[in-house]
Amino acid sequence: MRVLVLAKEDHQAQAAKPPTPEAILEFQKFNEELIKAGVVLGDGRLYPSSQGKRLRFDGKKRAVIDGPFTETKELVAGYWLWQVRSMDEALEWLKRAPFDAGTYEIRQIFEMESM
Amino acid sequence: MTGLHRPGPGDTAATETHRAIEAVWRIESAVLIARLARIVGDIGTAEELAQDALVAALEQWPASGVPEQPGAWLMGTAKHRAIDLVRRRQTLERKHEEIGREVERAQEGIDDAATDEEVEDDLLGLIFMACHPILSKDARVALTLRVLGGLTTEEIARAFLVPVSTIAQRIVRAKRTLTEAHVRFEFPVGPDRVARLASVLEVIYLIFNEGYSATAGEDWVRPALCEDALRLGRILAELATTEPEVHGLVALMEIQASRLRARVGPSGEPILLLDQDRARWDHLLIRRGLASLDRADRLGGEIGPYALQAAIAACHARAATAAETDWPRIVALYDAVAVMAPSPVIELNRAVAVGMAFGPAAGLALVEALAAEPSLKTYHLLPAVRGDLLRKLGRSAEALIEFKRAASLTENGAERKLLHRRAAECAADGMAG
Repeated sequence: MRVLVLAKEDHQAQAAKPPTPEAILEFQKFNEELIKAGVVLGDGRLYPSSQGKRLRFDGKKRAVIDGPFTETKELVAGYWLWQVRSMDEALEWLKRAPFDAGTYEIRQIFEMESM
Repeated sequence: MTGLHRPGPGDTAATETHRAIEAVWRIESAVLIARLARIVGDIGTAEELAQDALVAALEQWPASGVPEQPGAWLMGTAKHRAIDLVRRRQTLERKHEEIGREVERAQEGIDDAATDEEVEDDLLGLIFMACHPILSKDARVALTLRVLGGLTTEEIARAFLVPVSTIAQRIVRAKRTLTEAHVRFEFPVGPDRVARLASVLEVIYLIFNEGYSATAGEDWVRPALCEDALRLGRILAELATTEPEVHGLVALMEIQASRLRARVGPSGEPILLLDQDRARWDHLLIRRGLASLDRADRLGGEIGPYALQAAIAACHARAATAAETDWPRIVALYDAVAVMAPSPVIELNRAVAVGMAFGPAAGLALVEALAAEPSLKTYHLLPAVRGDLLRKLGRSAEALIEFKRAASLTENGAERKLLHRRAAECAADGMAG
Protein backbone atom coordinates (compact mmCIF):
# COMPACT_ATOMS: atom_id res chain seq x y z
CA MET A 1 0.00 0.00 0.00
CA ARG A 2 0.97 3.61 -0.41
CA VAL A 3 1.07 6.20 2.28
CA LEU A 4 1.65 9.91 2.22
CA VAL A 5 3.84 11.17 5.02
CA LEU A 6 3.12 14.81 5.70
CA ALA A 7 5.67 16.94 7.50
CA LYS A 8 3.74 19.47 9.52
CA GLU A 9 5.56 22.40 10.90
CA ASP A 10 4.52 25.16 13.15
CA HIS A 11 4.90 28.19 10.89
CA GLN A 12 6.58 30.26 13.58
CA ALA A 13 9.07 27.56 14.48
CA GLN A 14 9.84 27.10 10.83
CA ALA A 15 10.72 30.75 10.40
CA ALA A 16 12.80 30.82 13.55
CA LYS A 17 14.95 27.74 13.04
CA PRO A 18 16.32 26.82 9.63
CA PRO A 19 17.81 23.30 9.69
CA THR A 20 21.53 23.04 10.42
CA PRO A 21 23.82 21.48 7.80
CA GLU A 22 24.28 18.49 10.13
CA ALA A 23 20.54 18.01 10.37
CA ILE A 24 20.22 18.16 6.59
CA LEU A 25 23.00 15.60 6.21
CA GLU A 26 21.38 13.28 8.71
CA PHE A 27 18.07 13.61 6.95
CA GLN A 28 19.67 12.82 3.60
CA LYS A 29 21.25 9.72 5.10
CA PHE A 30 17.88 8.57 6.39
CA ASN A 31 16.20 9.29 3.07
CA GLU A 32 18.91 7.30 1.32
CA GLU A 33 18.23 4.38 3.64
CA LEU A 34 14.55 4.53 2.74
CA ILE A 35 15.34 4.57 -0.96
CA LYS A 36 17.64 1.57 -0.58
CA ALA A 37 14.86 -0.30 1.19
CA GLY A 38 12.60 0.36 -1.79
CA VAL A 39 10.22 2.47 0.29
CA VAL A 40 10.36 5.93 -1.32
CA LEU A 41 8.28 6.56 -4.43
CA GLY A 42 8.51 10.32 -4.32
CA ASP A 43 9.12 13.28 -2.08
CA GLY A 44 9.10 17.05 -2.04
CA ARG A 45 9.57 20.09 0.13
CA LEU A 46 7.21 23.01 -0.05
CA TYR A 47 8.02 26.71 -0.12
CA PRO A 48 6.76 28.64 2.91
CA SER A 49 3.06 29.40 2.93
CA SER A 50 3.86 33.11 2.41
CA GLN A 51 4.39 32.13 -1.22
CA GLY A 52 1.24 30.01 -1.35
CA LYS A 53 -2.33 30.76 -2.40
CA ARG A 54 -5.64 29.45 -1.22
CA LEU A 55 -8.82 29.29 -3.15
CA ARG A 56 -12.10 29.09 -1.28
CA PHE A 57 -15.20 27.81 -3.06
CA ASP A 58 -18.64 29.03 -2.11
CA GLY A 59 -21.24 28.10 -4.69
CA LYS A 60 -20.20 29.94 -7.84
CA LYS A 61 -17.93 32.32 -5.94
CA ARG A 62 -14.17 31.83 -5.73
CA ALA A 63 -12.18 33.76 -3.16
CA VAL A 64 -8.39 33.90 -3.46
CA ILE A 65 -6.49 34.14 -0.18
CA ASP A 66 -2.83 35.04 -0.21
CA GLY A 67 -0.37 33.38 2.15
CA PRO A 68 0.99 33.22 4.76
CA PHE A 69 -1.81 31.23 6.33
CA THR A 70 -1.19 32.46 9.83
CA GLU A 71 -4.51 31.23 11.15
CA THR A 72 -3.49 27.61 10.51
CA LYS A 73 -1.47 26.14 13.36
CA GLU A 74 0.24 23.34 11.49
CA LEU A 75 1.16 23.71 7.86
CA VAL A 76 2.33 21.04 5.48
CA ALA A 77 5.99 21.75 4.79
CA GLY A 78 6.91 18.65 2.86
CA TYR A 79 5.74 15.21 1.87
CA TRP A 80 6.95 11.71 1.17
CA LEU A 81 5.19 9.10 -0.87
CA TRP A 82 6.01 5.66 0.48
CA GLN A 83 5.34 2.10 -0.60
CA VAL A 84 5.00 -0.06 2.50
CA ARG A 85 3.27 -3.29 3.46
CA SER A 86 1.36 -1.91 6.41
CA MET A 87 0.68 1.18 8.48
CA ASP A 88 2.84 -0.45 11.16
CA GLU A 89 5.76 -0.62 8.78
CA ALA A 90 5.33 3.06 7.89
CA LEU A 91 5.20 3.94 11.57
CA GLU A 92 8.33 1.90 12.26
CA TRP A 93 10.23 3.69 9.50
CA LEU A 94 9.07 7.11 10.57
CA LYS A 95 10.15 6.45 14.17
CA ARG A 96 13.69 6.10 12.85
CA ALA A 97 13.73 9.55 11.25
CA PRO A 98 16.34 11.92 12.70
CA PHE A 99 13.82 14.58 13.71
CA ASP A 100 13.74 16.21 17.11
CA ALA A 101 10.68 18.39 16.64
CA GLY A 102 7.55 18.73 14.58
CA THR A 103 4.58 16.52 13.83
CA TYR A 104 4.50 14.03 11.01
CA GLU A 105 1.34 12.49 9.77
CA ILE A 106 0.96 9.18 7.93
CA ARG A 107 -2.11 8.78 5.74
CA GLN A 108 -2.94 5.80 3.57
CA ILE A 109 -3.71 6.55 -0.06
CA PHE A 110 -6.90 5.15 -1.42
CA GLU A 111 -6.25 2.53 -4.07
CA MET A 112 -8.31 -0.13 -5.76
CA GLU A 113 -9.65 -2.49 -3.15
CA SER A 114 -7.33 -5.39 -3.70
CA MET A 115 -4.26 -3.17 -3.55
CA MET B 1 8.69 -20.87 12.84
CA THR B 2 5.98 -20.09 10.40
CA GLY B 3 4.54 -16.87 11.72
CA LEU B 4 4.33 -14.48 14.59
CA HIS B 5 2.40 -15.35 17.72
CA ARG B 6 -0.69 -13.28 17.96
CA PRO B 7 -1.98 -12.30 21.37
CA GLY B 8 -5.65 -12.55 22.20
CA PRO B 9 -8.02 -9.61 21.88
CA GLY B 10 -8.19 -7.13 24.72
CA ASP B 11 -4.50 -7.14 25.35
CA THR B 12 -4.00 -3.90 23.45
CA ALA B 13 -0.55 -2.85 24.67
CA ALA B 14 0.82 -6.30 23.92
CA THR B 15 -0.96 -6.29 20.56
CA GLU B 16 0.66 -3.00 19.73
CA THR B 17 4.09 -4.32 20.65
CA HIS B 18 3.51 -7.44 18.60
CA ARG B 19 2.53 -5.38 15.60
CA ALA B 20 5.59 -3.22 16.07
CA ILE B 21 7.74 -6.37 16.24
CA GLU B 22 6.15 -7.63 13.05
CA ALA B 23 6.98 -4.33 11.34
CA VAL B 24 10.54 -4.37 12.71
CA TRP B 25 10.92 -7.92 11.39
CA ARG B 26 9.74 -6.84 7.95
CA ILE B 27 12.30 -4.08 7.89
CA GLU B 28 15.24 -5.86 9.52
CA SER B 29 14.95 -9.55 8.69
CA ALA B 30 16.75 -9.50 5.34
CA VAL B 31 19.73 -7.55 6.68
CA LEU B 32 19.76 -9.74 9.77
CA ILE B 33 19.67 -13.02 7.87
CA ALA B 34 22.22 -11.74 5.35
CA ARG B 35 24.73 -10.79 8.04
CA LEU B 36 24.22 -14.10 9.85
CA ALA B 37 24.57 -16.04 6.60
CA ARG B 38 27.91 -14.40 6.07
CA ILE B 39 29.00 -15.39 9.59
CA VAL B 40 27.76 -19.00 9.65
CA GLY B 41 27.95 -19.63 5.92
CA ASP B 42 24.48 -20.98 5.17
CA ILE B 43 20.97 -19.62 4.86
CA GLY B 44 19.25 -22.32 6.90
CA THR B 45 21.26 -21.72 10.05
CA ALA B 46 21.18 -17.95 9.51
CA GLU B 47 17.44 -17.95 9.31
CA GLU B 48 17.08 -20.13 12.40
CA LEU B 49 19.31 -17.79 14.36
CA ALA B 50 17.34 -14.78 13.16
CA GLN B 51 14.10 -16.49 14.13
CA ASP B 52 15.52 -17.25 17.57
CA ALA B 53 16.26 -13.55 18.01
CA LEU B 54 12.72 -12.77 16.92
CA VAL B 55 11.34 -15.19 19.50
CA ALA B 56 13.49 -13.50 22.15
CA ALA B 57 12.05 -10.15 21.10
CA LEU B 58 8.53 -11.51 21.30
CA GLU B 59 9.26 -12.72 24.83
CA GLN B 60 11.02 -9.63 26.10
CA TRP B 61 9.70 -6.58 24.29
CA PRO B 62 6.09 -6.72 25.53
CA ALA B 63 7.47 -6.24 29.05
CA SER B 64 10.53 -4.09 28.37
CA GLY B 65 9.15 -2.09 25.46
CA VAL B 66 10.57 -1.90 21.95
CA PRO B 67 14.24 -0.91 22.22
CA GLU B 68 15.39 2.34 20.70
CA GLN B 69 17.38 0.53 18.04
CA PRO B 70 15.40 -2.64 17.45
CA GLY B 71 17.55 -3.73 14.52
CA ALA B 72 20.74 -3.52 16.55
CA TRP B 73 19.06 -5.41 19.39
CA LEU B 74 18.03 -8.27 17.11
CA MET B 75 21.45 -8.32 15.49
CA GLY B 76 23.26 -8.39 18.84
CA THR B 77 21.07 -11.20 20.15
CA ALA B 78 21.42 -13.28 17.00
CA LYS B 79 25.15 -12.75 16.71
CA HIS B 80 25.78 -14.01 20.24
CA ARG B 81 23.89 -17.14 19.34
CA ALA B 82 25.85 -17.41 16.11
CA ILE B 83 29.14 -17.30 18.02
CA ASP B 84 27.94 -19.95 20.45
CA LEU B 85 26.94 -22.10 17.55
CA VAL B 86 30.22 -21.71 15.69
CA ARG B 87 32.10 -22.53 18.94
CA ARG B 88 29.96 -25.63 19.50
CA ARG B 89 30.65 -26.76 15.97
CA GLN B 90 34.33 -26.22 16.58
CA THR B 91 34.31 -28.31 19.74
CA LEU B 92 32.39 -31.06 18.00
CA GLU B 93 34.54 -31.25 14.94
CA ARG B 94 37.86 -29.92 16.19
CA LYS B 95 39.32 -29.52 12.79
CA HIS B 96 40.10 -27.21 9.94
CA GLU B 97 41.30 -23.70 10.20
CA GLU B 98 38.13 -22.96 8.34
CA ILE B 99 36.23 -23.06 11.59
CA GLY B 100 38.86 -20.93 13.22
CA ARG B 101 38.23 -18.43 10.49
CA GLU B 102 34.51 -18.69 11.08
CA VAL B 103 34.91 -17.80 14.73
CA GLU B 104 37.19 -14.97 13.76
CA ARG B 105 34.65 -13.74 11.29
CA ALA B 106 31.87 -14.08 13.78
CA GLN B 107 33.90 -12.22 16.39
CA GLU B 108 34.61 -9.44 13.97
CA GLY B 109 30.97 -9.29 13.14
CA ILE B 110 30.03 -8.96 16.74
CA ASP B 111 32.55 -6.32 17.63
CA ASP B 112 31.87 -3.79 14.93
CA ALA B 113 28.63 -2.50 13.62
CA ALA B 114 28.46 -3.23 9.90
CA THR B 115 29.17 -0.35 7.55
CA ASP B 116 26.60 0.52 4.88
CA GLU B 117 28.78 -1.13 2.24
CA GLU B 118 29.02 -4.32 4.28
CA VAL B 119 25.26 -4.42 4.75
CA GLU B 120 24.82 -4.00 0.99
CA ASP B 121 27.35 -6.75 0.24
CA ASP B 122 25.59 -9.04 2.70
CA LEU B 123 22.22 -8.44 1.08
CA LEU B 124 23.56 -9.01 -2.41
CA GLY B 125 25.23 -12.23 -1.25
CA LEU B 126 21.96 -13.40 0.28
CA ILE B 127 20.04 -12.65 -2.92
CA PHE B 128 22.53 -14.68 -4.96
CA MET B 129 22.24 -17.53 -2.50
CA ALA B 130 18.44 -17.61 -2.36
CA CYS B 131 18.26 -17.49 -6.15
CA HIS B 132 20.93 -20.12 -6.71
CA PRO B 133 20.31 -21.97 -10.00
CA ILE B 134 20.72 -25.29 -8.19
CA LEU B 135 17.24 -24.71 -6.76
CA SER B 136 14.00 -25.18 -8.67
CA LYS B 137 12.18 -22.01 -9.71
CA ASP B 138 9.46 -22.60 -7.13
CA ALA B 139 12.03 -23.06 -4.40
CA ARG B 140 13.91 -19.92 -5.41
CA VAL B 141 10.71 -17.89 -5.40
CA ALA B 142 9.61 -19.12 -1.97
CA LEU B 143 13.02 -18.73 -0.40
CA THR B 144 13.50 -15.24 -1.83
CA LEU B 145 10.14 -14.01 -0.59
CA ARG B 146 10.84 -15.54 2.77
CA VAL B 147 14.40 -14.38 3.50
CA LEU B 148 14.51 -11.19 1.43
CA GLY B 149 10.89 -10.09 1.29
CA GLY B 150 10.33 -10.81 4.98
CA LEU B 151 7.09 -12.66 4.18
CA THR B 152 5.88 -15.41 6.46
CA THR B 153 5.27 -18.89 5.10
CA GLU B 154 1.52 -18.26 5.45
CA GLU B 155 1.72 -15.08 3.41
CA ILE B 156 3.65 -16.81 0.64
CA ALA B 157 1.18 -19.70 0.62
CA ARG B 158 -1.75 -17.28 0.44
CA ALA B 159 -0.11 -15.36 -2.40
CA PHE B 160 0.43 -18.50 -4.46
CA LEU B 161 -2.82 -20.20 -3.44
CA VAL B 162 -1.10 -23.34 -2.24
CA PRO B 163 -1.26 -25.04 1.17
CA VAL B 164 1.04 -23.64 3.87
CA SER B 165 2.66 -27.06 4.26
CA THR B 166 3.69 -27.02 0.59
CA ILE B 167 5.55 -23.73 0.98
CA ALA B 168 7.04 -24.79 4.32
CA GLN B 169 8.36 -27.99 2.74
CA ARG B 170 9.63 -26.12 -0.29
CA ILE B 171 11.65 -23.79 1.94
CA VAL B 172 13.01 -26.57 4.14
CA ARG B 173 14.04 -28.56 1.09
CA ALA B 174 15.60 -25.53 -0.57
CA LYS B 175 17.73 -24.84 2.49
CA ARG B 176 18.76 -28.48 2.69
CA THR B 177 19.70 -28.52 -0.98
CA LEU B 178 21.88 -25.45 -0.50
CA THR B 179 23.58 -27.01 2.53
CA GLU B 180 24.14 -30.36 0.86
CA ALA B 181 25.58 -28.72 -2.23
CA HIS B 182 27.85 -26.65 0.02
CA VAL B 183 26.61 -23.45 -1.52
CA ARG B 184 28.49 -20.79 0.39
CA PHE B 185 27.96 -17.13 0.83
CA GLU B 186 29.70 -15.68 -2.21
CA PHE B 187 29.86 -13.01 -4.85
CA PRO B 188 29.99 -14.63 -8.23
CA VAL B 189 32.34 -12.95 -10.70
CA GLY B 190 32.93 -13.05 -14.44
CA PRO B 191 30.65 -15.12 -16.67
CA ASP B 192 29.28 -16.90 -13.60
CA ARG B 193 28.02 -13.56 -12.32
CA VAL B 194 26.04 -12.99 -15.52
CA ALA B 195 24.31 -16.35 -15.18
CA ARG B 196 23.69 -15.91 -11.46
CA LEU B 197 22.30 -12.43 -11.93
CA ALA B 198 20.02 -13.76 -14.67
CA SER B 199 18.67 -16.27 -12.16
CA VAL B 200 17.98 -13.49 -9.64
CA LEU B 201 16.17 -11.38 -12.22
CA GLU B 202 14.16 -14.39 -13.35
CA VAL B 203 12.96 -15.05 -9.79
CA ILE B 204 11.89 -11.44 -9.27
CA TYR B 205 10.07 -11.35 -12.59
CA LEU B 206 8.36 -14.68 -11.85
CA ILE B 207 7.00 -13.21 -8.62
CA PHE B 208 5.87 -10.10 -10.47
CA ASN B 209 4.17 -12.08 -13.20
CA GLU B 210 2.28 -14.30 -10.81
CA GLY B 211 0.80 -11.08 -9.43
CA TYR B 212 0.35 -9.44 -12.81
CA SER B 213 -1.53 -12.26 -14.51
CA ALA B 214 -2.20 -14.94 -11.99
CA THR B 215 -1.91 -18.42 -13.46
CA ALA B 216 -4.40 -19.83 -10.99
CA GLY B 217 -7.31 -18.81 -8.83
CA GLU B 218 -10.22 -16.49 -9.57
CA ASP B 219 -8.46 -13.12 -9.42
CA TRP B 220 -6.79 -12.01 -12.61
CA VAL B 221 -4.29 -9.81 -10.78
CA ARG B 222 -2.80 -9.98 -7.30
CA PRO B 223 -1.25 -6.55 -6.85
CA ALA B 224 0.39 -7.39 -3.51
CA LEU B 225 2.73 -9.83 -5.26
CA CYS B 226 3.56 -7.20 -7.86
CA GLU B 227 4.40 -4.80 -5.07
CA ASP B 228 6.64 -7.37 -3.37
CA ALA B 229 8.47 -8.04 -6.64
CA LEU B 230 8.81 -4.35 -7.38
CA ARG B 231 10.20 -3.69 -3.97
CA LEU B 232 12.77 -6.48 -4.37
CA GLY B 233 13.66 -5.03 -7.76
CA ARG B 234 14.03 -1.52 -6.39
CA ILE B 235 16.25 -2.80 -3.58
CA LEU B 236 18.38 -4.75 -6.06
CA ALA B 237 18.67 -1.67 -8.29
CA GLU B 238 20.28 0.19 -5.40
CA LEU B 239 22.60 -2.74 -4.60
CA ALA B 240 23.71 -3.47 -8.15
CA THR B 241 23.67 0.06 -9.53
CA THR B 242 25.92 -0.68 -12.51
CA GLU B 243 23.97 -3.62 -13.91
CA PRO B 244 21.85 -2.35 -16.83
CA GLU B 245 19.58 -5.40 -16.84
CA VAL B 246 18.60 -4.83 -13.20
CA HIS B 247 17.36 -1.37 -14.17
CA GLY B 248 15.81 -2.87 -17.29
CA LEU B 249 13.80 -5.30 -15.19
CA VAL B 250 12.75 -2.60 -12.74
CA ALA B 251 11.68 -0.41 -15.68
CA LEU B 252 9.66 -3.27 -17.13
CA MET B 253 7.91 -3.98 -13.81
CA GLU B 254 7.24 -0.30 -13.05
CA ILE B 255 5.63 0.27 -16.45
CA GLN B 256 3.62 -2.94 -16.37
CA ALA B 257 2.49 -2.22 -12.81
CA SER B 258 1.33 1.22 -13.94
CA ARG B 259 -1.49 -0.58 -15.76
CA LEU B 260 -2.68 -2.70 -12.83
CA ARG B 261 -5.63 -0.44 -12.04
CA ALA B 262 -6.74 -0.32 -15.66
CA ARG B 263 -6.33 -4.06 -16.21
CA VAL B 264 -9.36 -5.13 -14.25
CA GLY B 265 -12.96 -4.18 -14.86
CA PRO B 266 -15.59 -3.46 -12.20
CA SER B 267 -16.50 -7.13 -11.78
CA GLY B 268 -12.92 -8.39 -11.85
CA GLU B 269 -12.84 -9.14 -15.56
CA PRO B 270 -9.54 -8.68 -17.39
CA ILE B 271 -9.22 -5.67 -19.67
CA LEU B 272 -6.59 -6.13 -22.37
CA LEU B 273 -3.96 -3.50 -23.05
CA LEU B 274 -5.52 -1.91 -26.11
CA ASP B 275 -8.94 -1.65 -24.46
CA GLN B 276 -7.67 -0.05 -21.28
CA ASP B 277 -8.63 3.43 -20.16
CA ARG B 278 -5.20 5.06 -20.30
CA ALA B 279 -6.29 7.81 -17.94
CA ARG B 280 -6.30 5.11 -15.26
CA TRP B 281 -2.66 4.22 -15.80
CA ASP B 282 -0.45 5.20 -12.90
CA HIS B 283 1.70 7.99 -14.30
CA LEU B 284 3.98 8.03 -11.28
CA LEU B 285 5.00 4.43 -12.03
CA ILE B 286 5.34 5.19 -15.74
CA ARG B 287 7.65 8.07 -14.91
CA ARG B 288 9.67 5.86 -12.58
CA GLY B 289 9.81 3.14 -15.23
CA LEU B 290 11.02 5.51 -17.93
CA ALA B 291 13.66 6.84 -15.51
CA SER B 292 14.88 3.28 -14.82
CA LEU B 293 14.99 2.55 -18.53
CA ASP B 294 17.03 5.71 -19.01
CA ARG B 295 19.37 4.56 -16.23
CA ALA B 296 19.84 1.23 -18.04
CA ASP B 297 20.51 3.02 -21.35
CA ARG B 298 23.03 5.39 -19.83
CA LEU B 299 25.06 2.47 -18.46
CA GLY B 300 25.67 1.51 -22.08
CA GLY B 301 26.73 -1.87 -23.34
CA GLU B 302 24.50 -4.33 -25.08
CA ILE B 303 20.81 -3.89 -24.35
CA GLY B 304 19.52 -6.96 -22.53
CA PRO B 305 16.17 -8.72 -22.92
CA TYR B 306 14.56 -7.03 -19.88
CA ALA B 307 15.55 -3.55 -21.04
CA LEU B 308 14.22 -4.41 -24.52
CA GLN B 309 10.91 -5.57 -23.10
CA ALA B 310 10.83 -2.43 -20.98
CA ALA B 311 11.38 -0.42 -24.16
CA ILE B 312 8.37 -2.19 -25.66
CA ALA B 313 6.29 -1.43 -22.56
CA ALA B 314 7.50 2.18 -22.82
CA CYS B 315 6.15 2.39 -26.40
CA HIS B 316 2.71 1.60 -25.06
CA ALA B 317 3.16 3.95 -22.10
CA ARG B 318 4.10 6.84 -24.40
CA ALA B 319 1.13 6.39 -26.74
CA ALA B 320 -1.72 8.65 -25.65
CA THR B 321 -4.24 6.36 -27.34
CA ALA B 322 -4.08 2.74 -28.49
CA ALA B 323 -4.32 3.95 -32.10
CA GLU B 324 -1.16 6.03 -31.69
CA THR B 325 0.96 3.02 -30.70
CA ASP B 326 4.21 2.81 -32.65
CA TRP B 327 3.73 -0.82 -33.75
CA PRO B 328 6.59 -0.95 -36.28
CA ARG B 329 8.99 0.08 -33.50
CA ILE B 330 7.51 -2.59 -31.23
CA VAL B 331 8.02 -5.20 -33.96
CA ALA B 332 11.64 -4.08 -34.31
CA LEU B 333 12.15 -4.35 -30.55
CA TYR B 334 10.59 -7.83 -30.50
CA ASP B 335 12.91 -8.81 -33.36
CA ALA B 336 15.81 -7.82 -31.13
CA VAL B 337 14.42 -9.74 -28.13
CA ALA B 338 13.86 -12.80 -30.33
CA VAL B 339 17.53 -12.75 -31.35
CA MET B 340 18.83 -12.23 -27.84
CA ALA B 341 16.48 -14.40 -25.82
CA PRO B 342 14.56 -16.53 -28.29
CA SER B 343 11.46 -18.16 -26.87
CA PRO B 344 8.11 -19.28 -28.27
CA VAL B 345 6.31 -16.82 -25.96
CA ILE B 346 8.36 -13.93 -27.37
CA GLU B 347 7.57 -15.20 -30.90
CA LEU B 348 3.89 -15.16 -30.03
CA ASN B 349 4.13 -11.59 -28.75
CA ARG B 350 6.01 -10.65 -31.89
CA ALA B 351 3.19 -12.15 -33.96
CA VAL B 352 0.69 -9.92 -32.14
CA ALA B 353 2.82 -6.83 -32.86
CA VAL B 354 3.25 -7.85 -36.52
CA GLY B 355 -0.51 -8.31 -36.75
CA MET B 356 -1.00 -4.77 -35.48
CA ALA B 357 1.76 -3.23 -37.61
CA PHE B 358 1.30 -5.07 -40.90
CA GLY B 359 -2.18 -6.59 -40.74
CA PRO B 360 -3.75 -9.72 -39.21
CA ALA B 361 -2.77 -12.00 -42.10
CA ALA B 362 0.93 -11.33 -41.49
CA GLY B 363 0.46 -11.95 -37.78
CA LEU B 364 -1.49 -15.14 -38.37
CA ALA B 365 1.26 -16.56 -40.58
CA LEU B 366 3.68 -16.26 -37.65
CA VAL B 367 1.19 -17.81 -35.24
CA GLU B 368 0.62 -20.78 -37.56
CA ALA B 369 4.36 -21.40 -37.52
CA LEU B 370 4.13 -21.79 -33.75
CA ALA B 371 1.29 -24.33 -33.86
CA ALA B 372 3.64 -27.30 -33.60
CA GLU B 373 5.70 -25.77 -30.79
CA PRO B 374 5.62 -28.36 -27.97
CA SER B 375 6.17 -25.84 -25.17
CA LEU B 376 3.04 -23.92 -26.23
CA LYS B 377 0.86 -27.00 -26.42
CA THR B 378 -1.06 -26.05 -23.28
CA TYR B 379 -0.42 -22.30 -23.42
CA HIS B 380 -3.84 -20.68 -23.58
CA LEU B 381 -2.58 -17.48 -25.17
CA LEU B 382 -1.62 -19.27 -28.39
CA PRO B 383 -5.23 -20.10 -29.34
CA ALA B 384 -6.36 -16.77 -27.86
CA VAL B 385 -4.05 -14.81 -30.18
CA ARG B 386 -4.93 -17.06 -33.10
CA GLY B 387 -8.63 -16.51 -32.40
CA ASP B 388 -8.13 -12.76 -32.29
CA LEU B 389 -6.34 -12.67 -35.64
CA LEU B 390 -8.84 -15.03 -37.26
CA ARG B 391 -11.72 -12.87 -36.11
CA LYS B 392 -10.06 -9.75 -37.52
CA LEU B 393 -9.83 -11.61 -40.84
CA GLY B 394 -13.57 -12.29 -40.66
CA ARG B 395 -13.10 -16.02 -39.97
CA SER B 396 -15.35 -16.01 -36.92
CA ALA B 397 -16.28 -19.69 -36.97
CA GLU B 398 -12.62 -20.70 -36.71
CA ALA B 399 -11.99 -17.97 -34.16
CA LEU B 400 -14.77 -19.31 -31.95
CA ILE B 401 -13.10 -22.73 -31.75
CA GLU B 402 -9.81 -21.08 -30.81
CA PHE B 403 -11.32 -18.99 -28.02
CA LYS B 404 -13.10 -22.02 -26.60
CA ARG B 405 -9.88 -23.96 -26.70
CA ALA B 406 -8.06 -21.10 -24.95
CA ALA B 407 -10.78 -21.00 -22.27
CA SER B 408 -10.33 -24.70 -21.61
CA LEU B 409 -6.58 -24.25 -21.18
CA THR B 410 -6.43 -21.36 -18.75
CA GLU B 411 -6.51 -22.07 -15.04
CA ASN B 412 -7.51 -18.54 -14.13
CA GLY B 413 -11.24 -18.02 -13.60
CA ALA B 414 -11.42 -14.35 -14.65
CA GLU B 415 -9.49 -15.04 -17.81
CA ARG B 416 -11.68 -18.02 -18.64
CA LYS B 417 -14.76 -15.81 -18.46
CA LEU B 418 -13.18 -13.27 -20.81
CA LEU B 419 -12.33 -15.98 -23.33
CA HIS B 420 -15.87 -17.39 -23.20
CA ARG B 421 -17.18 -13.88 -23.81
CA ARG B 422 -14.95 -13.54 -26.84
CA ALA B 423 -16.15 -16.91 -28.12
CA ALA B 424 -19.73 -15.70 -27.70
CA GLU B 425 -18.92 -12.57 -29.72
CA CYS B 426 -17.67 -14.80 -32.53
CA ALA B 427 -20.89 -16.81 -32.39
CA ALA B 428 -22.84 -13.54 -32.67
CA ASP B 429 -20.73 -12.58 -35.74
CA GLY B 430 -21.79 -15.84 -37.32
CA MET B 431 -25.48 -15.15 -36.73
CA ALA B 432 -25.22 -11.58 -37.98
CA GLY B 433 -23.29 -12.62 -41.08
